[in-house]
Amino acid sequence: MAERLFSGTGRLSRLFIRRDRLRLSIWITAIVLLNVSTAASFTGLYMSEEEKQAMAGTMENPAMTAMLGPGYGLENYHEGAMMAHQMLLFMAVVTAIMNILLVVRHTRADEEEGRVELIRSLPVGRLSTLASTLVVMTVVNTAVALLTGVGLAVVGIESIDFAGSLLFGAALGAAGLFFAGVTALFAQLSESSRGTVGLSFAVLGGAYILRAIGDVSSEGLSLVSPLGLILRTEAYVNNYWWPVFVTIGIAGVLLVLAFYLNLRRDLEAGFLPSRPGKKQASAFLKSPFGLSVRLQRTALISWAVGMVVLGVSYGSVLGDLEAFFEASEMMREILAPDAALSLTEQYLTMLMAVIAMICTVPPLMMMLKLKGEEKKGRIDHLLTRVVSRGRTMGSYFLLAMITSALMLFLAVSGLWAAAAGVMDDPMAFSMVFEAAMVYLPAVWIMIGAAVFLIGVLPKFSGFIWAYLGYTFLVVYLGELLQFPEWLKNLSPFGYVPQVPVEELSFTVLAVLTLVAAVLVIAGFTGYRRRDIAG
Amino acid sequence: MKVIETNGLTKRFGKFTALNGVNLNVEQGEVYGFIGPNGAGKSTTIRVLLGILKATEGKASIFGQDVWKNAVELHKRIAYVPGDVNLWPNLTGGEVIDLMLSLRGKKAAGNRREELIERFKLDPSKKCRTYSKGNRQKVALVSAFAGEADLFILDEPTSGLDPLMERVFQECVAEVKAEGKTVLLSSHILSEVERLCDRVGIIRGGEMIESGTLDDLRHLTRTSMLVKTKEPLEGLKDLPGVHDVKQEDGAVSFQADGEKMDGIIRHVSRFGVVKLESAPPTLEDLFMRHYEGTGGEEADTDGRTTV
Repeated sequence: MAERLFSGTGRLSRLFIRRDRLRLSIWITAIVLLNVSTAASFTGLYMSEEEKQAMAGTMENPAMTAMLGPGYGLENYHEGAMMAHQMLLFMAVVTAIMNILLVVRHTRADEEEGRVELIRSLPVGRLSTLASTLVVMTVVNTAVALLTGVGLAVVGIESIDFAGSLLFGAALGAAGLFFAGVTALFAQLSESSRGTVGLSFAVLGGAYILRAIGDVSSEGLSLVSPLGLILRTEAYVNNYWWPVFVTIGIAGVLLVLAFYLNLRRDLEAGFLPSRPGKKQASAFLKSPFGLSVRLQRTALISWAVGMVVLGVSYGSVLGDLEAFFEASEMMREILAPDAALSLTEQYLTMLMAVIAMICTVPPLMMMLKLKGEEKKGRIDHLLTRVVSRGRTMGSYFLLAMITSALMLFLAVSGLWAAAAGVMDDPMAFSMVFEAAMVYLPAVWIMIGAAVFLIGVLPKFSGFIWAYLGYTFLVVYLGELLQFPEWLKNLSPFGYVPQVPVEELSFTVLAVLTLVAAVLVIAGFTGYRRRDIAG
Repeated sequence: MKVIETNGLTKRFGKFTALNGVNLNVEQGEVYGFIGPNGAGKSTTIRVLLGILKATEGKASIFGQDVWKNAVELHKRIAYVPGDVNLWPNLTGGEVIDLMLSLRGKKAAGNRREELIERFKLDPSKKCRTYSKGNRQKVALVSAFAGEADLFILDEPTSGLDPLMERVFQECVAEVKAEGKTVLLSSHILSEVERLCDRVGIIRGGEMIESGTLDDLRHLTRTSMLVKTKEPLEGLKDLPGVHDVKQEDGAVSFQADGEKMDGIIRHVSRFGVVKLESAPPTLEDLFMRHYEGTGGEEADTDGRTTV
């Protein structure tokens, strides 16, 4: 019986690897290289004992804890501790994203497109599709774990030793496997690949936030989150292996559940119910803009909620931060070149950059939907009717622009409201609002770049994500790793004045907006002239 | 009056030539069958006509207006049904029909929308992701026929429909034809083309290789004949227009070119005909010859059949 359920698993696993050999290589290489190159950057970054301890002091503050996880080994803060502290959580999230996207692609997405039906008509077991996906994902996560572990050890920094590196790698692999399990489970519950991706990312986001709150306030909450759990490995300092085993164990339970549900359900069915729909379209839907909103309504609402939660979670630690700054003589000295501004306000600028970059994701998704629709042959439905190219692209562009301002506004409102509740000396809304909204022109450049790619270089429109990833790396980690300024200036975010620490420069903002406008005009012109694929 | 007119229409994708100098003329009020094997360039031609692809060379116009420059204006008068209908999985069929009608700036006249939904037996309250290929096609067909249009461009519109629904579709085409509308119908279902179309164009390898009324085309093809004569039939092989001669227990079977028929019959009748069977060329024979590219031993290797 078991043999019949799983027959053909090996063959399907090879098919998975053949289909995605490039995709898999890129993911694994990118993750390993990011780890190794970060570790390597410590060798060039000679730090005195005092500097290291100053860094350790920074790590003690609650906002850092909320962003990177709890500090440990701070008494003797060496490169290994720094590496794990700064990179483990970030890379675990990246590995989780890889697992979510790959698992959906080979389970629910294949099923939705009817490819699983084709496979199942052959002498192949009922559970073989899921089984082959999980076999390959286990191999991939093991590869990430081992290559990262060995790669880090080879860099040759004394405190980044082999035992710790192996644990660091294993922690990534375990987190990956956990999210492979989560996604496999949702692929059974939801009827669509969109739903599966959405639910899986919701768990990832939830895990991050739960950990952030838990790390700052109560340890127990963090242990419920898989991301919180793997940070308890304390790689390079204490090298605890139990969190890895616990995480893998939970992943195993999720997988068994996924297999059970897969066996219980019909092909192309899900457990979450779908209701009968409307027989007629609402007045709002009957326009290209209405359609673009409707198609992305769920994503829009989820992101809106996510942004408020993000703002609130950052805002709620500002109270602790304030108290922390008050208490720490050293921090005041490091961070206070300007007495006119509170430390919290200065810290706010870095927070705003991060929030603005996260807020760039939904408008880019809204814009790239245009390309996705084209690929699926559905843009034809508009263009073969009385809708011009300009209006088609314009309706997605308009939505992206509205989304950019809306997301930033929601995040900053959440942040301000939560901060007002916990701080003794609340910040003015206008100041926080201004600090966030200065990033809008930079976000518009990202949208403009997406418009340009879709209009002029449609095959490369996915590159916008790489650009955003780069931006995130240089702006978020650049501060910590002290990247040279010019690397930062390759991203529009590098130019944004850091209000309230820096002067609000309307010239810079005007130039950024102008660049965005040029990109948008070029993109629209290209889109009007090119062939539509499909 | 010509509704669709293309002149030397050429479309290249990089080095690949999808269309090579296509001339297509569709007259006002006719149903034009556009046929050819898969990958011949039917859909590419249609996508150029709809202003989705830009022609590399040549001219294409509909109602005398350039299809690329005036695409938006033209689409007010055109209803289009794609062969592969991809719909938004999270919208219902009813919502998509309304959306498509409103995108053309049309309102379904009276209860035309409901009437068509009824005739095509479509459940408009279901999400598109649950529809089969045939049902997705019904959504596109209802949207096309529910709004007023002067030209219907239908790209293999019935490939997923059951025979009953195919008949409903044929009724719809007959109705719009009766109203004097023009239809460009790309199809693989030859009986459908035979029943509906006034004229037919055959495309292969990106070139129009034949165009005309069905009778015109029939005339160009061969009839299979079976003859039994009192005296042994002689000299048949040397006769112009006779092919593929075979002896079949006392009778002779062969293929006869339409235009040489008169001479052949005169020759045969001299031997005292006992039995004569002739099977008229079916549209299928016609297509097979063109589709395969080597329809007879006399076909050129470059695919252009000589008859």
